[in-house]
Amino acid sequence: MLKKRIAMQDVAAETRLFNHRAIFAMAFVVLMFSIIIVNMYHLQVTSYQVYQTRSEGNRIKVVPLAPNRGLITDRNGILLADNRPVFSLELVPEQIDDMAATLAELSTLIEITEEQQTHFLKEVRQQRRFNSIAVKEQLNDEEVAIISVNLHRFPGVTVEARLSRHYPFGDLFTHALGYIGRINSSDLSRLEESDQLANYAATRDIGKIGLERYYESELHGTMGFQEVEVNNRGRLIRVLRSVPASSGKNIRLNLDVGLQLTAQQILLEKRGAIVAMDPRDGAVLAFYSNPSYDPNLFVHGISSTNYNALLNSPDRPLINRVTQGIYPPASTIKPHLALLGLETNTISPTTRIWDPGFFQLPGVEHRYRDWKRWGHGWVDVYSAIVESCDTFFYDMGVKLGIDRIFDYMQSMGFGEKSGIDILEESNTNMPSRGWKRARHNQPWYHGDTVAVSIGQGYWTINPLQLLVTTAVLLNNGDQPTPHLAKELSNELGTDIVSTELKTVTPVVNARNWQVIRDAMLQTVNTQKGTAFNAFRGATYTSGGKTGTAQIVSIAQDAKYDANAINERHRDNAMYVGYAPAESPTIVISVTVENVGGGGSTAAPIARQMLDYYFSAGVNTDE
Amino acid sequence: MNESLAHAKNRISRLAFFHIDTPLLLGLLALISYGLIILYSASGQSESMVEGQIIRLGIALAVMIGFAQINPQTIRRWSLPLFLFGTVLLVCVLLFGHIGKGAQRWLDLGFMKFQPSEIMKLAVPMAIAWFISSHNLPPRVHHLLIGFLMCLIPTILIAKQPDLGTSILISTAGIFVLFMAGMSWKLIGFVTALLSAFAPILWTFFMHDYQRRRVLTFLNPESDPLGSGYHIIQSKIAIGSGGVEGKGWMQGTQSQLEFLPERHTDFIFSVLSEEFGLIGVLILLVIYLFIIGRGLLIAARAQDNYSKLVAGSFTLTFFVYVFVNIGMVSGLLPVVGVPLPLVSYGGTSMVTMMAAFGIIMSVSTHKRSLAKT
Repeated sequence: MLKKRIAMQDVAAETRLFNHRAIFAMAFVVLMFSIIIVNMYHLQVTSYQVYQTRSEGNRIKVVPLAPNRGLITDRNGILLADNRPVFSLELVPEQIDDMAATLAELSTLIEITEEQQTHFLKEVRQQRRFNSIAVKEQLNDEEVAIISVNLHRFPGVTVEARLSRHYPFGDLFTHALGYIGRINSSDLSRLEESDQLANYAATRDIGKIGLERYYESELHGTMGFQEVEVNNRGRLIRVLRSVPASSGKNIRLNLDVGLQLTAQQILLEKRGAIVAMDPRDGAVLAFYSNPSYDPNLFVHGISSTNYNALLNSPDRPLINRVTQGIYPPASTIKPHLALLGLETNTISPTTRIWDPGFFQLPGVEHRYRDWKRWGHGWVDVYSAIVESCDTFFYDMGVKLGIDRIFDYMQSMGFGEKSGIDILEESNTNMPSRGWKRARHNQPWYHGDTVAVSIGQGYWTINPLQLLVTTAVLLNNGDQPTPHLAKELSNELGTDIVSTELKTVTPVVNARNWQVIRDAMLQTVNTQKGTAFNAFRGATYTSGGKTGTAQIVSIAQDAKYDANAINERHRDNAMYVGYAPAESPTIVISVTVENVGGGGSTAAPIARQMLDYYFSAGVNTDE
Repeated sequence: MNESLAHAKNRISRLAFFHIDTPLLLGLLALISYGLIILYSASGQSESMVEGQIIRLGIALAVMIGFAQINPQTIRRWSLPLFLFGTVLLVCVLLFGHIGKGAQRWLDLGFMKFQPSEIMKLAVPMAIAWFISSHNLPPRVHHLLIGFLMCLIPTILIAKQPDLGTSILISTAGIFVLFMAGMSWKLIGFVTALLSAFAPILWTFFMHDYQRRRVLTFLNPESDPLGSGYHIIQSKIAIGSGGVEGKGWMQGTQSQLEFLPERHTDFIFSVLSEEFGLIGVLILLVIYLFIIGRGLLIAARAQDNYSKLVAGSFTLTFFVYVFVNIGMVSGLLPVVGVPLPLVSYGGTSMVTMMAAFGIIMSVSTHKRSLAKT
């Protein structure tokens, strides 16, 4: 059937039809080729001059323009990080015929070290030939003058001025500000992930740690670019188009230069940390870790000698003790534990126990000693805090049990990150049964609870955490998030950093807050109080709690100087305090390593800080 | 003199014995030689690249000669099986294909990987030609509909990989068969209208972001001089700055200093334009026009409808390659990643293309034997 129909096909008509189509197709092809030719004629003949200039006149360059990095000031507008021009000697390899000769001749004018030359030649191999590459950076005025005078002899050699980060206060703000440094490969991959790489085309530096890193995207700003036409000798003919860069946001911090200076002057050679905050909104007023180091060293690339000195110093200057210093909290957390005791009715404000100078678990011989060998006699919750009685807390802690302690302390913020606006914050440990099982594969013993009850044992904190959790006591259970930055602003407007509190520790009996705060007030203001001597004669009222921690040095793998070993086994002194007592505007935490008692060493430091705070009127503007 | 002419004739007849269409072969050889000259410059004088290209071309020529030996009737019989086989492979690719460069195009056979879409470049027009030629020409509407369907299934399968360029080329090849078969002008107009109505749907539902970006960049390359507009700007500078006579072989600043992207593959035409100018471009176009003209002539002279349709469609598809590549590098079309046939370096499609020419040659040289039967 099918075959028949094919047999009946009109071969002539079909051939005619196909031929028509073939001719049409050929005509179409010719038409399309004509379009190509017309377009080619347009490109290669009509617009030849245009493209000739763009190509032969030595290519169009799109030059990215780096934005100015945002400035950082203290709460009063004093500059803490600014941008200053620095000059560098730069070469464009494409325009230099004899690189070796040029370098040799340049080094007769100014000193160019072997290391700088090899580094430069390595860069030349890696970069595009028309990119300008630095031979020597941070030229001094004399060198700038010498090169400038001789510039005509060296085609392709320029003195470039760039803005470079500068920290006028040197080591005073290092651990808060951090620093910027050259963008390295891990920075690059991070930028790529956040889709920011294009925006950094002209940027050489990036925030490495501290605020500089945390607020990198705000501080950096948005790149601009220039489309320039240059002739075949590399000289700029005209700027075709220019989109200016927009600067990064300026950041105003809550920190106060005066308070920082006071902290530095007090600590001098001592290792430790001082941090102060407004408990009402989490504004960090002082943030100082000692010893510190000069962040300016890092901006232009630190030498390996300098870096190793910092890295290997037994004083560990690179560690930010405020957030990375891991210490046992010692007695500073007794108010926190006492609140839990009151809340659970484990104790009442009138509960008294007899302290013979030690505590024993039922049926166990071992005596857990009080710091006062002969005992405190009858103690209630007030005197237990005021005199920092250990036996009272041993007893109460065992009655509470680790589970209740863990849950409650964790809710206040122990063992948790504070959420401060820097990324260098170490994990601290609020121990629990589960933790001990996972970490040491051992059950939790009553003895462990005894140690935890006086802030020793497995319990660790950092100084900032002590501050945040104490603020919870002052705020009736509301926890502030500490923040160094107060506001970020550019020409478009100002963003205020959130100061919201979150309720973390609700209380059944609101009167209990007052009990705890009264006890802390008496610690400072009654004769028997551990901080009484330190605050005698102060012009303001304050409360606080001392702590004397048996030492576990901040870095257990640290190599000690043989001479230093004894010194480093001494106790850490700690103090957490607040003022004015009625409605606190500042809470302060002081930690000093290996100096002895909290009452005798740390509390006087807090006193000096608070004295300055009130006399200078810091934080009174709002 | 006379002797040498006789010698030459003898040679031609010997070529005919091998089922080689001499004018087409000469056209292809001219194109290949011209291409190699450009490639040497475009690759930055890389001898190893040129060597690799010569080897690939050798294989492709062998494949072409191989296909030329097969009688068109045999090819015709294999059209439908090949089409079904290719469709099954495409489904396999979607189910367990190898993912490379973000698209799922490759099928891993253990000892080798290959793209089934290459088979479909031949199989789709062959199968549609088989179907259409088994009825009288011009085809009736319901035959056309079946033809469209045969075209649509592989197109969608390939577009899903996603490989928009190839799927468009394959659907074009299928539609060319229908066109050459005498599909009425009214219908052509209707389909064109339908396709332009379909374009916005394609844009919103079927195109990937990167494909949309390419189209937008094509419309205004200067909007993004640092990003994807860079390629097309540099390409146009290369072409335009070539002028009438060009900057000379290996003297193109755009190409030699690597301002031109993909200079030895997709953008090799820009190298040619920069170094050999408008004259060089015209020479290339003449060679292409000759090959296309020869292909259509072979199609017109073919003795059965199947051969006519297949030869016509292959030739026109070859033209589409040329036009799309030149169009995209000179800013007439968006950048879709189609190589300049037989000139661009590498490319998986070279062997397929030469196989198509082999079939065209088979159509051209098997006439007499067909006439005898």
